Amino acid sequence: MTLLEVVLPTPAIGLFSYAWLLIALPALSAAVLLLAGRTADRWGHLLGAVTPLISFAIGLILFIQLLARDEAFRAVGVQLYDWISAGQWHIGMGLLIDQLSIVFVLLITGVGGIIHIYSIGYMAQDDRRRRFFGYLNLFVAAMLLLVLADNYLALFVGWEGVGLASYLLIGFWQHKPAAATAAKKAFVVNRVGDMGMSLAIMLMLASFGSSAFVDVNAGASNLDPATATILGLLLLLGACGKSAQVPLQSWLLDAMEGPTPVSALIHAATMVTAGVYLVTRSYAVFAQSEAASTAVVIVGAVTLLVGAWIGCAKDDIKKVLAGSTMSQIGYMMLAAGIGPAGYAYAIFHLLTHGFFKANMFLGAGSVMHAMNDDVNMRHYGGLSKLMPITFYTFAAGYLAIIGFPFFAGYYSKDHIIEVAFKSNLIAGLAALIGAGVTAFYMTRLMLMTFVGSRRRWPQGVHPHESPPIMTVPLIVLGLGSAFSGILLNGWIAGWLDPAVGAEPAVGEAPGLLHFSAVGLLTLGVVAIGVMIAVRIFGPRHKVTTEQPASRSLVVHAGRNDLYGDVINETIFMRPGQRLTAGLLRLEDDGIDGTVNGTAAAIGGISAWLRRAQNGFVRSYALTMVVGAALVGTVLILGRLG
Amino acid sequence: MSPTYYVVLSAILFTIGAAGFLIRRNAIVAFMCVELMLNASNLALVTFSRMHGTLDGQIAAFFVMVVAAAEVVVGLAIIVTIFRTRRSASVDDASLLKF
Amino acid sequence: MIPLVTAAAFAFWLLAPVMILGALGMILARKPVHSALCLAAVMISLAVQYAAQDAPFLFAVQIIVYTGAILMLFLFVLMLVGVDVADSLVETIKGQRPLAALAGVGFGALLVFALGNAIVGEPLGLDGANSEHGGNIQGVAALIFNRYVFAFEATSALLITAAVGAMVLAHRERLAKKRSQTDLVNDRMRRYAESGQHPGPLPTPGVFARHNAVDTPALLPDGSTSDLSVSATLRARGTVLDSRELVQPVDQTVEAITPPETEDER
Repeated sequence: MTLLEVVLPTPAIGLFSYAWLLIALPALSAAVLLLAGRTADRWGHLLGAVTPLISFAIGLILFIQLLARDEAFRAVGVQLYDWISAGQWHIGMGLLIDQLSIVFVLLITGVGGIIHIYSIGYMAQDDRRRRFFGYLNLFVAAMLLLVLADNYLALFVGWEGVGLASYLLIGFWQHKPAAATAAKKAFVVNRVGDMGMSLAIMLMLASFGSSAFVDVNAGASNLDPATATILGLLLLLGACGKSAQVPLQSWLLDAMEGPTPVSALIHAATMVTAGVYLVTRSYAVFAQSEAASTAVVIVGAVTLLVGAWIGCAKDDIKKVLAGSTMSQIGYMMLAAGIGPAGYAYAIFHLLTHGFFKANMFLGAGSVMHAMNDDVNMRHYGGLSKLMPITFYTFAAGYLAIIGFPFFAGYYSKDHIIEVAFKSNLIAGLAALIGAGVTAFYMTRLMLMTFVGSRRRWPQGVHPHESPPIMTVPLIVLGLGSAFSGILLNGWIAGWLDPAVGAEPAVGEAPGLLHFSAVGLLTLGVVAIGVMIAVRIFGPRHKVTTEQPASRSLVVHAGRNDLYGDVINETIFMRPGQRLTAGLLRLEDDGIDGTVNGTAAAIGGISAWLRRAQNGFVRSYALTMVVGAALVGTVLILGRLG
Repeated sequence: MSPTYYVVLSAILFTIGAAGFLIRRNAIVAFMCVELMLNASNLALVTFSRMHGTLDGQIAAFFVMVVAAAEVVVGLAIIVTIFRTRRSASVDDASLLKF
Repeated sequence: MIPLVTAAAFAFWLLAPVMILGALGMILARKPVHSALCLAAVMISLAVQYAAQDAPFLFAVQIIVYTGAILMLFLFVLMLVGVDVADSLVETIKGQRPLAALAGVGFGALLVFALGNAIVGEPLGLDGANSEHGGNIQGVAALIFNRYVFAFEATSALLITAAVGAMVLAHRERLAKKRSQTDLVNDRMRRYAESGQHPGPLPTPGVFARHNAVDTPALLPDGSTSDLSVSATLRARGTVLDSRELVQPVDQTVEAITPPETEDER
């Protein structure tokens, strides 16, 4: 794991100097859609869907131009303007277009564009559709800023922007209390991560005097191990919040309250992967700190098992997919924590995951549409014949995620498991077991949804295939799930290595037909998982429409999200509530009591003193005489002295 | 005759007048105590006039008498008016200006 | 012979106890009239002190104005209010008496101490000032009308204001129409018509050679006394004289001088 020299970005020429259009176009579209009002209702969704595709086109051209360049010149810096100029701090707003950011751009705009088109059909019945596209475009703009920024502070602007967009979109159906609460929860938990991110940026500014990637990467080797570890842990905290890793994972399952395209775009393909992007960008810092890297690995390993566990116990199709997302990002984190050897595979898995998870979410949306927006898989069954396109595309995603040979996930996940085993036995075992559990619950999902009898359907449900506006994107993504692995496998590592500071020699491309020992072992574990699922949920077994009670602690834990909410409540929320209640009492009784008590005391004293005014002239005269005597005494004593 | 004796006598009379005002409840008697105090201060003024060798003290005493006369006129008229309406000449009965 | 004691000293030491006793009497007397008289004694003694201190003008003014006018005014008002009204001894305000005594003693001590210290050196005496204009009165007048003329004019305005104020305060609004002679006669006739009360004036008291004051009742033609001729107050007090007694010596005398009715046919 040797580090390359830090690559200095070349100045922008040609279309690169217009790279800011990538961000500006969706932002402008969002502004138009949100400000135009109801007049834009008729064409708003079209504008909203077209804009990411334009950005995709620009991104594609930039990507081709980068491909044509020599490896040493593939990082392009675009200086936009001086942003903060205060005292000794001069922070500019600029873009860095290199190998890492351009693949993210393509993912965001490409998959995002497809999901935008899907949303035209999915949200056709909603009269706030224009606003939905406004928020989606806002999200795309913020996410692009996040991945294109050339310094951490600008990245943080995009970071916060996607958090805002996530809040707006999760709570899109704001009349539902559950949705509003879920949006708040997502925002609050993200805030904890944002706190870590802010502290990391402050530490960078203090240590390096700048938060630009080039400066941090250059200065990282001069950091003492303690500072590097703290910096790495803070960045990890930020990443955990955004990527729903343990301990900040509780918001992701609740976020499924939002419309399905939102779940597909934000909570599967892009926003939740921002954490992985952050860790990858900060490779120089993590390279300096063994402890921080290990922490990343641990977080990734734990999360992949936690996500898989939860996914097994849920009956809500979207929550199963959410648990799956949590688990897959755990894989990515695991790979990223391993170091330069793993970064490329983490990003590889991120890209393929973007395809197959978005694919499956959109397929779930299609199924929900057919079943009158019912999410309970126990009410599904036997949909494969009625919704063939949905079924086959979903199957493509399913095969990709379990790692069926030649599908996307096979290549990306296998690389991760191999690298994990090379680095640490326990990490490798965790990844392996995770693969088996993934196979189990995904097979369970497929069986419960598409296979079996139809008698579990509730009354009045007439499932049918979705309209083309929804099925065409499904097909595109399904093809991506199937073939993206093959397309990217040989090339991705070599492409990304310079950007993540690894020697090109590490990323030598294994062949497409390469079967290693680990690979075969993985296939075996996957097969076992599939078979267990078929035994329990197969066509011959009766799936009940009501969730069966279980005394098993494992099942109970899975159904309750591994008590994540309970833990959060007990450790943070209740003490926090008690603290605020105590402070409130301190203020009411203590401070207010002191102030009011002083006032009351003065009032009481004055009421007591008032009695001296008894209305009798003779009492007043007595007071006068005594007063005169006192004044006289003072005067005389003054004269004497 | 040393002026000290006169002045001491004046002080004693003044004190008696002040004490009387504090003790007596009848409005007219209280007023008389005020007159006693004024007279005591007149005595002091005349004594000091003799001490300094000028007549200004006597002039002051003269003016005190004039003002005392005016004061008595108005004060007794007030007492009479109050007596007419309230049938009481006690100072303690007019005690409404209290808390 | 060297006088062992001057007139002024004699006057002072004689009258100082009188004044103090008078002042104490004034504040301690139960009946207000007694208080007023004690104050009169104090004021006159003060006038003597003024005279002893070469202030003859003030001596005169004190007696005429202060004692003679102001104190008499006090007495008139006392009579108006009620001479018999005596203050009760019970003190209604808590702690007033002890505090008043304490305050009085303290204040007195302060005054004595302060004023005692103010006297330094021998008195200059008023011989020079009194003879400057040829007498005390002329000297006082010279000061009043020269240096203090403005104060003098102001006090005159004050006196006028006081007089007007007294008139305003004592004024009583007539709430009913003033009863004229006509109304009185009508009332009298009505009373005569209704109850037979005699409409004429009451009979005057009896006039006798020895006594014709208001307490002698008149004699009616038939020799009986008329109760209406003396005031009801005197009757209530029982100080009405017996007219019969007054008549009796006359009867006796008439009897005595009447020649006897003898055999006067000779």
